[in-house]
Amino acid sequence: MTNAAATVTAEQYCTFWVAGHFFGVSVNEVQEVLRHQPMTPVPRANEAVRGLINLRGQIVTAVDLRVRLGLPPRPEGELPMNVIVRSRGEVVSLLVDDIGDVIDTAGLELEPVPSTMPVTVQDVVLGVRPMTDAILLVLDADRAVDIFAVAENTGGNT
Amino acid sequence: MDDDAEIIAEFLVESHENLDQLDRDLVELEQHPGSRELLSSIFRTIHTIKGTSGFLAFGRLEKLTHVGETLLSKLRDGEYVMNDAIAEALLRMVDTVRALLDGIERVGNDKDPAVNVVPVQEAIELLLGNGGQLPGQPVAAAVEAAAQEPVVSETAVDASTTDPDGTPTAAAPVADTGQPDTGQPIAEAPAAEEPVLMPEHGAAPQPEQSAEPTEQWDGVERRSVADSSVRVDVELLDNLVQLVGELVLTRNQILQRTESQSDPELIRASQRLDLVASELQESVMKTRMQPIGQVWSKMPRIVRDLARQLGREVDLSMDGHDTEMDRSVLEAVKDPLTHMVRNSMDHGIETPADRVKAGKARSGKLTLRAFHESGQVVVEIADDGKGIDPERIAAVALERGVITREQLARMDTKAVLNLIFRPGFSTAEKVTNVSGRGVGMDVVRSNIERIGGSVDLTSEVGKGSTFRIRIPLTLAIIPALVVGEGEERYAIPQANLVELVRIEGDDLDRQVEDLAGSPVLRLRGRLLPLVNLAEALGTEPEQRDHLTVVVVQADDVRFGLCVNEVHDTQEIVVKPIGRQLKGLSMYAGATIMGDGRVALILDVPGMAHDQGVDAVEQDLLATSAAGDEDRTALLVLEVADGRRAALPLAAVARLEEFPRDRVERTGGNEVVQYRDGLLPLVRLAPAIGLMDTSDRNEQVSVVVHELADRSVGIVIDRVLDVVETAVVLSDVGRRYGVTGSAVVQEHVTDLVDLEAVVARTGVSA
Repeated sequence: MTNAAATVTAEQYCTFWVAGHFFGVSVNEVQEVLRHQPMTPVPRANEAVRGLINLRGQIVTAVDLRVRLGLPPRPEGELPMNVIVRSRGEVVSLLVDDIGDVIDTAGLELEPVPSTMPVTVQDVVLGVRPMTDAILLVLDADRAVDIFAVAENTGGNT
Repeated sequence: MDDDAEIIAEFLVESHENLDQLDRDLVELEQHPGSRELLSSIFRTIHTIKGTSGFLAFGRLEKLTHVGETLLSKLRDGEYVMNDAIAEALLRMVDTVRALLDGIERVGNDKDPAVNVVPVQEAIELLLGNGGQLPGQPVAAAVEAAAQEPVVSETAVDASTTDPDGTPTAAAPVADTGQPDTGQPIAEAPAAEEPVLMPEHGAAPQPEQSAEPTEQWDGVERRSVADSSVRVDVELLDNLVQLVGELVLTRNQILQRTESQSDPELIRASQRLDLVASELQESVMKTRMQPIGQVWSKMPRIVRDLARQLGREVDLSMDGHDTEMDRSVLEAVKDPLTHMVRNSMDHGIETPADRVKAGKARSGKLTLRAFHESGQVVVEIADDGKGIDPERIAAVALERGVITREQLARMDTKAVLNLIFRPGFSTAEKVTNVSGRGVGMDVVRSNIERIGGSVDLTSEVGKGSTFRIRIPLTLAIIPALVVGEGEERYAIPQANLVELVRIEGDDLDRQVEDLAGSPVLRLRGRLLPLVNLAEALGTEPEQRDHLTVVVVQADDVRFGLCVNEVHDTQEIVVKPIGRQLKGLSMYAGATIMGDGRVALILDVPGMAHDQGVDAVEQDLLATSAAGDEDRTALLVLEVADGRRAALPLAAVARLEEFPRDRVERTGGNEVVQYRDGLLPLVRLAPAIGLMDTSDRNEQVSVVVHELADRSVGIVIDRVLDVVETAVVLSDVGRRYGVTGSAVVQEHVTDLVDLEAVVARTGVSA
């Protein structure tokens, strides 16, 4: 899996920032990018699930990447943006701080994630692509949206 | 390209079917040339093929069917009369169409050089150019041709002469004026030369007269099915339903916005939109409706095979074949229905020998009934078999550990019968390969409940059982009650709704009580467990001076959901929620409200489960005996393995439960640490002269009784109920600690002498 040189399939990335980190998701997995949308919270859900968004009649779960990645919470008053990704037949929104450009990484190699990264981040990052002015963390969208339904035991023993 | 291929394949299938019918119709038309019904049918078939071939760019096919259609339209409109030449041309056209279709099937287009469409086309065009006769042929020849077919002309004569005034002479002038091509001498010539044959011509311009007798010999609409229906891909229908759902939502949004507008035009338009959208929704939902007969058609075979296998004799009768429901609903009930039929035959209907012994007819009756009732579909499966014995059910349920003895004691007969729907329950004495594998009725119920339905059982021992399934007509759009909690709205499916109750002021204290730590509502003599929606959602409930309770029901559980606000009922479109939320059993999905915001749909069975609301079907209070005076509120308890005792509710401060290991001893007394102190305990059973069984439970149930300076805990087996009743005290059973006994809820109940009981702790405290 970590054979970096062999992994040069996706080369165009939709980029965004989460808590100062520069992330990218392959454009093939991104459906669209939206500014902040009104959300309906889902009580008792995993805390990474910020709510549900009405995306033109389709109900989309919004996953806060800061929470998902175990990064510090977004400062009060800052509204997240939505990166809408398709994952295993479902459409999910990733809440990010800011949207970057679509960049072409042709020629750059995918390198393994430095082991100094927090485990929660390593968990959902496929690898890194060092660029001239930043390091792009390549996000595995499928894993990023893969979260347990219930954060804590709510008392109901199923 | 694949899509095209698929469309073409469908077109071919459809066209071949239609052409077969067309052949039969054309032959029949020759015999009954006046039948407008046949003509219209043929016309429509050709028209359909023409339309589709045009759409698929099959130019030759389109041209050919076009001329055919023109000819047919003339026939249909009565301008031309069917004759040999026309019949011949039409049959040739059908053959050519068939050849072209074969070509399409082989090479994918209609340019097959082997098929020559020109001669047929020309022949038809010739006919068209000559008023339906072959040109060059002397008129006499055409007439002769007609005359060669005595059957044809005779029928025609018959047809027209059935009209009392339909004499040949009367018909002749009609024919003249009726012919649109009157300018052409050919049309008039036969009229002058051969007046005898006029009726044949006369028949056409008088379609009403000729059509009537036509229908007399065949009143059946022969092509009603093929004609009045179109094949539509199910996926397309699903897509339509989805879109209509969107439309309904958009309509709701617009309606909400226009409420605050003053523009009368806009209001009128939105009202129309409302109306049209509603009708459209209804129509689209109808397209997905299918009769239950589709599922039932398999039943006779299943019943027959099973009867043979099980050695039963069964008469199956089915009623309500044409009861329609949404195809997704039908799909979902198919298996449960089959299973229930199997179950009725295996467990319900006895063997012929047993039936005869019981004085019944040898063969059992199995009746399936389906009908619509208050917006739902009801399906009944009734047998006249041995019925279900609640005692046996209870025994088996206990044995299999489906319920505890405590739970059983609280159940009425109906609830006991419904135990067969619990997981892990199967009463088949021997496991057969038909039913009785322990999977079955619970799966049946969960399948039916998953689509918002319910299943119910009534049974009379020796007489038979009836299963009654209620299912919604459709799944995609459901009526729901919208409630508000915090900032958000939640939808509760109407199917789960029982009633709304608002309690304020003094009633709040009187009707809402705390029973063993959980709030209950006293509602018309029933105790209803309460669940606070805010708490269920993990937030702090607001303190209010009133309580709004939505009484909901799921399975055999009924409970009250305390909500902050009740908005209104509306039709909502159920939408799935993402994988990330699948584990949350309290939500059934989500919907989009009029303002475009998402609202969650509450799953009532899921909530009941999450909140640990037990299947407490509290009995109605048995209070009818005495008048309303002198009623005492009693806490009814169980002690000493099933004996009943009662305390005045006024003496009860709280009900508590402690783990058994928290009971400690000090001196000769049992105590528990309670609220920064020690609570002395007294076991009720020995105190009133009964055997102590309170230690059998993991938890020790304690009634806290407060005296002026201290509290005492009275240990009981468990709390049964709170009853308000007029106590008719009897001296029977009076002893130390018991003031007497009374009949409470039809059970003899010891009335506890609290003072005496408390005194027992007082001695050593």
